[in-house]
Amino acid sequence: MKHTLVALVENKPGVLNRVSSLFRRRAFNIESIVVGHSEQPGLSRMTVVVNGDSARIEQVRKQLDKLINVVRVSDITAEDIVTRELALIKVKTTTATRSEIIQIVDIFRANIVDVASDSLTVEVTGDEDKVESLLELLRSFGVKEISRTGRIALTRGGVA
Amino acid sequence: MKKTGAQILCESLIKEGGDVIFGILGGALLPLYDTLPQYPQLRHILVRHEQGAAHAADGYARVTHKAGVCIATSGPGATNLVTGIANAYMDSSPIIAITGQVARPFIGKDAFQETDITGITLPVTKHNYLVTDTAELAQTVKEAFYIAQTGRPGPVLIDLPKDVQQEEVEFAEPEEVDLPGYRFVSRGHSIQIKKAVRRINKAERPLIIAGRGIVISQAYNELKELAEKAQIPVVSTLLGISSFPGDHILNFGMIGMHGLACANMAVQNADLIIATGMRFDDRATASTQSFAPQALIIHVDIDPAEIGKNIPVDIPIVGDVKTVLKAMNKQIERGEHLDWLTQLDQWRREHPLLESRQGDELLPGYVIHQIHEITQGDTIIVTGVGQHQMWAAQHFLYTRPNSFISSGGLGTMGFELPAAMGAKVGQPEETVWCIAGDGGFQMTVQELGTIVQEHLAVKIAIINNGYLGMVRQWQEFFYERRYVDTKLWNPDFVKIAEAYDIPGIKVKSREEVTPAIQKAMDYPGPFLIDFVVEPEENVYPMVQPGESLSQILERPRPERARSY
Repeated sequence: MKHTLVALVENKPGVLNRVSSLFRRRAFNIESIVVGHSEQPGLSRMTVVVNGDSARIEQVRKQLDKLINVVRVSDITAEDIVTRELALIKVKTTTATRSEIIQIVDIFRANIVDVASDSLTVEVTGDEDKVESLLELLRSFGVKEISRTGRIALTRGGVA
Repeated sequence: MKKTGAQILCESLIKEGGDVIFGILGGALLPLYDTLPQYPQLRHILVRHEQGAAHAADGYARVTHKAGVCIATSGPGATNLVTGIANAYMDSSPIIAITGQVARPFIGKDAFQETDITGITLPVTKHNYLVTDTAELAQTVKEAFYIAQTGRPGPVLIDLPKDVQQEEVEFAEPEEVDLPGYRFVSRGHSIQIKKAVRRINKAERPLIIAGRGIVISQAYNELKELAEKAQIPVVSTLLGISSFPGDHILNFGMIGMHGLACANMAVQNADLIIATGMRFDDRATASTQSFAPQALIIHVDIDPAEIGKNIPVDIPIVGDVKTVLKAMNKQIERGEHLDWLTQLDQWRREHPLLESRQGDELLPGYVIHQIHEITQGDTIIVTGVGQHQMWAAQHFLYTRPNSFISSGGLGTMGFELPAAMGAKVGQPEETVWCIAGDGGFQMTVQELGTIVQEHLAVKIAIINNGYLGMVRQWQEFFYERRYVDTKLWNPDFVKIAEAYDIPGIKVKSREEVTPAIQKAMDYPGPFLIDFVVEPEENVYPMVQPGESLSQILERPRPERARSY
């Protein structure tokens, strides 16, 4: 099962390496890992999506918590959470397909962020299902490049 | 006041209680070593190989209960430390490893003798630092000692670029450590303790497994009080040896692959296990599926990540084992468990340690036993890994707390000599016996030079069977006696000792054993005895890999009870 771990980490050199190498050492395959500044200066928030049964994930969570640079880490999979991913999709266009693609993009409330003579770049934000669905529709036109951020997550209400 | 990085390092070490440094210098450490004479309080011990420095710091840390310091230069010096750091990590030993690094402008340029030692040691250190700002050095050293010595202890590495050692900055002594991501719980959760006590009071066949955590937190008295008050038998892991007196009526010995039969049977038949300061290593548990099938398991450990890692636990108590046991003892009821103790006594009588053959052969168990007889247990025993280690664990009666120092988790051949050296530096008044295998001894034999140069009276007993003995035993048992590359051609160890100006004796028969040990004890300096023992003697009992602790293979050959 996919688990979402959220960690508050010190913003210091090598911290991403410490976290990712711990997953490797304990034989976990990371689906995605995202790091960015948090609300607290000097601290970053990291979202890691990883596959595994609950007992093994709990073990890796405890190991992560032991890292000196990890201030706090929680498995928020079972909690009420908001998750988002951002994707940039460069899709082939012709004069014949362009308007159809724009319609699809509109339905998904996605944005077109770059237009060229033979391609469009679409920016879409949402949970992974939404990104996948849009991607599925766009594939028939020919997708040239994709760049995805992976999941970021926060718990709803209160503070985790 | 302005000071150089090298001065700041020395002053910070002194302030943190560092008095001995095991190390070897090199290009990237010249500024630091040039500064050392300004600080005569720091005793530098020049080792012959960096692995020796790390093991010595480890041995020193284990006998003094404070961090041992080792230093190596950049590149190969640093990488040579890695085995010793990993060893300390696996056995939760606090060491501070300081490595020289190329000057900051050269980092990342594949400069001469550059290695990414913080990257390399990431998985084998509790934490590590690359100091890029000299102004942060003092704070870093303070944090390093704090991290290494608190909670579950472990090694911390500080990588120090050459130009940081040279740079002058304003030196201000750091006040506090501020580590928002570092916490440890000392006091166990009171509800969990209460729950545990209730079950212990009700148990019919309770058993304590004592691990190295007892030694680390020096909870000897608390453990004894619990065992005696509630009349609970005690067994130990390998590194839990000497946490509970070996001659205590409630001590039933070591568990595990080469544990005593009665200890393993106790685990398999207990209805409640109090695991204290141990981590359910596979050599201790054998097959985890069939480990202690009847027992409710209470696990006391300071590291929350150890709870449930290998064995499902019924009542976890995260905390310092000494503090937790103290709290438990206040609530525990007096117990008797007469039937259970009688049963264990019977198993102990039925399954004694056995010597295999009559006659003049020199058997390793006898050698170890005689070292005990002559020292009366008043010595620190240091071993490496393998057959000699198991015999030293089985045939010596450890009555003194923390008198057994051994490479447990990593199982490092060659640990014994440098670790014994470090132990002797840490406890100069104590007798230190290094029990070595003939294979492992040759892995760090160069430290004989250090021992002589520093006048360290380490007594060395080589259990010389001419084989990489434990591996040979496995080849005998599991590879139909195909002894591929386990037979060793050995040098004359006594001559090697002599070359180092260390007196030595070769012992080939039983009657020579006692006089040789006595001679070693009487000699004021280091002394080496080469015990040429029966080559194909095996370690028994043995639980074969993958089997449960109940399936104990005992000596199959004609037997006689242990009577030295």
